[in-house]
Amino acid sequence: MANLTFKDFKSDQEVRWCPGCGDHAVLAALQRALPRVSQALNYDLERYVVVSGIGCSSRLPYYMNTYGFHSIHGRATAISTGVKVANPNLTVWQACGDGDALAIGGNHFIHAIRRNIDINIILFNNQIYGLTKGQYSPTSKLGAITKTSPYGTVEQPFTPGSLVLGAKGTFFARSLDVELKLNEEIMTQAALHDGTSVMEMLTNCVIFNDGTHKAISDPAVRADRTIVLRHGEKMIFGKNRDKGLVLDGMGLRAVTIGENGITEDDILVHDAHSEAVGIHMMLADMKGPDLPVALGVIRDVKAMTYDDGVRDQVKDVTVKSKIHCMDELLHSGSTWTVE
Amino acid sequence: MQHKVIDTKDVVIRFAGDSGDGMQLTGSLFADMSAIYGNGLSTFPDYPAEIRAPHGTVSGVSGFQVHIGSDKVTTPGDFCDLLVAMNPAALKANAKWCKPTAMILVDDDAFDEAGMDKAGFKTANPFEELKVEDRTIIVAPITTLTLESLKDSGLDQKAMLKCKNMFTLGMACYIYSRPMEYIFQYLERKFAKKHPEVIAPNKKVLTDGFNYAANIQAIPNTYTVEPSPKKKGTYRNITGNQATAWGLLAASEKSHLPLFCGSYPITPATAILEELAIHKELGAKTLQAEDEIAGVCTAIGAAYAGNLAVTTTSGPGLSLKSEALGLAVITELPLVVVDVQRAGPSTGIPTKTEQTDLNQALYGRNGECPMPIVAAHSPAHCFDAAFNAAKIALEHMTPVMLLSEGFLGNGSEPWLIPSMSDYPEINPPYAKSLPEDGKFKPFERDPETLVRKWAVPGQKGFEHRVGGLEKNHNGVISSDPANHELMVAEREEKVLRIANSIPELEVDGEKSGKLLVVGWGGTYGHILSAVTAARAAGMEVSFAHFDYIKPLPKNTTEVFKSFDKILVCELNSGQFAAYLRNIYPEMNFVQCNKVQGQPFLVQEIVESISKNL
Repeated sequence: MANLTFKDFKSDQEVRWCPGCGDHAVLAALQRALPRVSQALNYDLERYVVVSGIGCSSRLPYYMNTYGFHSIHGRATAISTGVKVANPNLTVWQACGDGDALAIGGNHFIHAIRRNIDINIILFNNQIYGLTKGQYSPTSKLGAITKTSPYGTVEQPFTPGSLVLGAKGTFFARSLDVELKLNEEIMTQAALHDGTSVMEMLTNCVIFNDGTHKAISDPAVRADRTIVLRHGEKMIFGKNRDKGLVLDGMGLRAVTIGENGITEDDILVHDAHSEAVGIHMMLADMKGPDLPVALGVIRDVKAMTYDDGVRDQVKDVTVKSKIHCMDELLHSGSTWTVE
Repeated sequence: MQHKVIDTKDVVIRFAGDSGDGMQLTGSLFADMSAIYGNGLSTFPDYPAEIRAPHGTVSGVSGFQVHIGSDKVTTPGDFCDLLVAMNPAALKANAKWCKPTAMILVDDDAFDEAGMDKAGFKTANPFEELKVEDRTIIVAPITTLTLESLKDSGLDQKAMLKCKNMFTLGMACYIYSRPMEYIFQYLERKFAKKHPEVIAPNKKVLTDGFNYAANIQAIPNTYTVEPSPKKKGTYRNITGNQATAWGLLAASEKSHLPLFCGSYPITPATAILEELAIHKELGAKTLQAEDEIAGVCTAIGAAYAGNLAVTTTSGPGLSLKSEALGLAVITELPLVVVDVQRAGPSTGIPTKTEQTDLNQALYGRNGECPMPIVAAHSPAHCFDAAFNAAKIALEHMTPVMLLSEGFLGNGSEPWLIPSMSDYPEINPPYAKSLPEDGKFKPFERDPETLVRKWAVPGQKGFEHRVGGLEKNHNGVISSDPANHELMVAEREEKVLRIANSIPELEVDGEKSGKLLVVGWGGTYGHILSAVTAARAAGMEVSFAHFDYIKPLPKNTTEVFKSFDKILVCELNSGQFAAYLRNIYPEMNFVQCNKVQGQPFLVQEIVESISKNL
């Protein structure tokens, strides 16, 4: 039984993120989650591979005492795909930012999700390009003023959750950098999920986009402006646990329990395992001021994984084929002999 | 008319028709049958980029040239002895390839007013207009005869018309005294499961074509091309792309590593991915990626995870992969990149051959970014070239570029099937022990080869990080100026030292003299034929062909300095010549170049030799 601790996953490299950067907390959560994962699945340290692209958050593999691959901008998902398909025994984690995964690497991101490759993607979303010092990203809010949008952006941002679900994603979770316990829980569930698990971590960039998630992360308002979803539990939120979500016509509505005849019985129960994507999409899209932002595991459904499919096909064909080595292949089909 | 059967050493046949006329199949069948008969052969498919270009137009003409000989033949031939033209456009596009003594066989039914108009003929006599009226012209109503032959077959009109090419093939079989049993067997195998109903009609049309040719008086002579005794053994016909795929599979077997191919379909390289996708029984995994970049990046991930990793592409795809190749160079991971070159730049002429990616292979990456380059010289040689490229990659921990060409990938030749026991084991430099401090140092090097050790994820105690940032020998990120310069020098030197494990350059002919002809890649057969012809004409000339471009074989300097002049022949504007001039500024290089999307003609090289003597 693998008996690993937080320290086993910490490398001897000095962590070079800015003081106060949200990435520190996500790294800490990962280093706390992986011993739990190892315990649950009996994984040894050498079985982990952490892959990343380019950007602030992509430095993460250097801080993990596992096998690691810090690759090139946007391509982490393709590298992870190759690692996992080549050797399905490895457990692959990936760190990437909003620019890395959704701009330059958008194509690889949606196709890995579509194929449902068994990799765990932590998407650090700080809504800005930090390493290049402050340009807008594909998740920057409409009108965001940055170095490359001095008069405000004129383009709509992606909501990563709807992108993931639109690409037939089987696992999507969202959280805030500061929610250490929740993140440990999400990462553990992601590890247990077979298929592409996307964890969107809303992180704060103290230098170039400070407070971008403040409207929901501020401790004073967080409980009222976010809802933590857990499978099988009522969708209840609020400082006083008196608010909930109900279906209203074609959409969701936030209500207060005890007002207008609403009782706890009227509140929806979260079903992360439901095949139907409609309500998951609505949950992923929720935003203020009328609705809370959904945190926790929004979707977690079973489906065939690409890596299993490839492995099974190789096995299957090997059993059925008459060719078992190169010499047999070389002599297969039309040949003729000169005596 | 007195009919004669003439025994000849070799003949060239060019089948040409509309791109839907089945000329590629007709040509391949003729080639395969001749291979089994024991002839030497070389083929050259010459087809348009469009799948079905406008019917009857010159741009839609698809051609397949077969050169068969008593002995080994090294090129598909410059000019043909028989041109089969299924319509006026095919005649127009190909008349220029007819020898003065050539026969031209046309389908009279296609030479109506509409057909002539579409091909852009201005007069009623296409042969005069093309100045080939003095050739032996056989005008046969092939469409009518095919329909007549099949009127009781039960096939509909469309299906019957599809058999026209078999009628033509039957006629060609008569002219060149080919036994038809092989084609019968092929038809039985191919259609047994899905369309057994077309086997009998195709056989009938073939036989009727053969008999028709025998009965009409229009064909003055027929020919035999007798096979000469060959080296004993079992042979097969193989295309370059198939041989490349098989060479990689062979390397997988000899390295005991599963093959992983991450690729994106691109002409003319796709057939390699298709071939590998078939052979899952040998453990090959193929991933058809979302784009070229994902193709190479999934392969790099697979290399890191311990597979024999491959990505296959053509020029434009190689451009897209450039950044990732830099990553493979700096992480020093084994990877084979196959570039089946085509005419560029950009989309260029996708179905036509060229050798214009050499500069890209040598220099097309940011930073100081050396990659070994191996080049295949014939369709069957693609097997050895791919095997050797994989061996270098795995044993020297480096991405390797394998340059093939559309001409090689699509071309085919008979191949004496090798035995895998004749191929060496491939031994990657696995990390086996940890240093005293217990920390694996990923970029520590073997003092002799400068090769680093390979620790594959899953191996306990060897956890380490690689990546695109410059590192020191310990694997720690470093922007120290002296360290960077050292690592740059070591990566280059590591590649150059591969010269110690590749064969020396061989010289065909005298080892010193006035003129050495030099080539690389798929021009081998044409240059060899040209040198042979030049010598027969009394010219003193030697020949050396490069299968390894980076590093060059160790004895290259020694070979070069024994000649007054070195003639570099290549299908580009002089990229290899420029590379050689850069390495050997003191030597006298002259060039023979062609950039038309077509192979050399032997006579073009002979002329260049003659001019330079």
